[in-house]
Amino acid sequence: MTRVLIVGAGPAGIRAAQRLVAAGLHPVVVDEGTRAGGQIYRRPPEGLKRPPQTLYGSEANKAVALHGCFDSMLEAGQLSYHPRSSVVALEGQTAQVMGPQGVETIAYDKLILATGATDRLAPVPGWQSAGVYSLGATQIALKSQGVALGRRMVLAGSGPLLTLVASQLRKAGAQVVAVLDTAPLTTQAAGAFGMALARPRVTLRGAVMRAGLGRSYHAGVTLTRIVTDSTGPTAIHWQDARGRDHATPCDMVGLGWHLRAETHLTDLAGVSMAWDQVYHQWLPEADAMGRAAAGVYLAGDGMRILGADGAELAGKIAASACLQDLGMAAPDTGRALKELRRMQRFASAMQRAFPWPAQMVRALPADTVLCRCEGISVGDLRTTLSLSGPEANRAKSLSRVGMGRCQGRYCQLAGAEVLAAESGVPVDRIGRLRSQPPARPAPISAYLDKGPDARTK
Amino acid sequence: MTGRLVRLAEASRPKVSFTFDGAVLTGLEGDTVLTAILAERGALRQAEFGPEQRSGFCLMGACQDCWIWQEDGVRLRACSTALQAGMRLRSAATDAWPATGDAP
Ligand SMILES: Cc1cc2nc3c(=O)[nH]c(=O)nc-3n(C[C@H](O)[C@H](O)[C@H](O)COP(=O)(O)OP(=O)(O)OC[C@H]3O[C@@H](n4cnc5c(N)ncnc54)[C@H](O)[C@@H]3O)c2cc1C
Ligand code: FES
Repeated sequence: MTRVLIVGAGPAGIRAAQRLVAAGLHPVVVDEGTRAGGQIYRRPPEGLKRPPQTLYGSEANKAVALHGCFDSMLEAGQLSYHPRSSVVALEGQTAQVMGPQGVETIAYDKLILATGATDRLAPVPGWQSAGVYSLGATQIALKSQGVALGRRMVLAGSGPLLTLVASQLRKAGAQVVAVLDTAPLTTQAAGAFGMALARPRVTLRGAVMRAGLGRSYHAGVTLTRIVTDSTGPTAIHWQDARGRDHATPCDMVGLGWHLRAETHLTDLAGVSMAWDQVYHQWLPEADAMGRAAAGVYLAGDGMRILGADGAELAGKIAASACLQDLGMAAPDTGRALKELRRMQRFASAMQRAFPWPAQMVRALPADTVLCRCEGISVGDLRTTLSLSGPEANRAKSLSRVGMGRCQGRYCQLAGAEVLAAESGVPVDRIGRLRSQPPARPAPISAYLDKGPDARTK
Repeated sequence: MTGRLVRLAEASRPKVSFTFDGAVLTGLEGDTVLTAILAERGALRQAEFGPEQRSGFCLMGACQDCWIWQEDGVRLRACSTALQAGMRLRSAATDAWPATGDAP
């Protein structure tokens, strides 16, 4: 039987698996999570028992349906599932998968990458300190562990997660003292029109949530710095839309500006990437159905950030593309593609409403830590420029920005912005960091434990 | 020392005992290692490249900020490792080198 490997068990990966199973295939699903569900529909570990309504709010029914879909395929033996396992490298038609038992090799004929996204981050002076987290982390802590990451929390950045996470925390009883949005009301108003045209109900739900934050919410903010002592944040300094300075005492800061597609494996699979003006990031090139390279299909946030509903649709569509290419009967995708275009219009308007804070990054003081992994400063990177020229990979070799443990996930875009500002070229001309294996740090011991014959499956 | 985290829900799970830098701490069943430590401490470890402390950043396995060690030398990612009774954890690698290995 044709071997299809799906990486990622979020909405995109699960719906892709469902369609392949319905066509009689037996896909292999690899996912880092302990339980299938992905980011938005993340399931807490066994033993935690809040009901779906508490965990997922208005999306509870979708979450239950998705989890049920996956669990029933697993129970019926219709797919193979490798939880707590990371695909660390792709080579030829095989994937190296690092799981609790070490590394094994899984061969495939077709590959569906549904690897989702991570937070898109911009540095703020002081963000390297303990007690500063990504917005996604803040939500994961609440959903999966029932905890708040601080006692006096400030959430800052922009994008839908900002309002959402703040309201979720408030509802759960956490103290969120300020919500600082770098998007000015002018861009928000301009984007809101397009958002409301494409998805009126979702837009309205967001507006109501925002209204619920009341006076703790500020638009058009410039983040100046996070003041820290040896244990963590003590305050955040910021300027409001009218240029007045504020200092808000806090012991936790959550930061994030939308999401950044997780494209490490996509790049390793040979898919070409292009700069996307709207999303302000490098995104893989694929046709409307997710075909991205010979035998490689993309779906969900890892291809285009369209939200959870879009990810479910994209998963089904990519599976149909895969079935078509195998010469098998595939469900029609006409309506799903039309729906997806609507989601795309919504997402584009949302990107315009809550833009990347380019000016703030360009104006960062030289001593701001740019690379959190290795403590490399904005000034260090600027100094590199005279030797490296305005090119991301050479600047990485010389400054180490992008070479640390996160592999550039959290510094690459800000690094490019700094280089672009300093050299006066457009940010896309700085180029993109080429991905290197492993996609996750892989200890030598994971490869040593077994003989070579024991590894291939 | 007070912890960084506040438990907002499901705080009545069975208790799980472990050690961190030699001190006996108590977490709850279903906690990650990160949750259990930060419920009682302010940080996971010292940064290697700066004066600050670290307490994890992404909580989704992408940043590797939350690396800590077990007393036998095995390294683990605190945000995505389930707490187990009797774990003996350290904020820094053991001095004895080479360590026996790293957890994948
Ligand atoms: C932290 C976070 C919080 C979010 N919260 C919300 C929200 O509240 N509401 C909302 O509408 N949208 C939210 N989003 C966006 C939403 O998650 C997505 O639109 C939706 O989940 C995308 O589905 P997906 O299947 O594409 O990816 P995901 O759901 O992100 O799933 C991708 C899966 O791939 C796995 N993976 C990635 N790389 C590898 C690898 N190398 N090896 C093995 N497995 C891998 C990941 O562990 C993950 O389980 C959030 C996104 C993030 C990152
Ligand atoms: S906190 Fe980022 S990998 Fe654990």
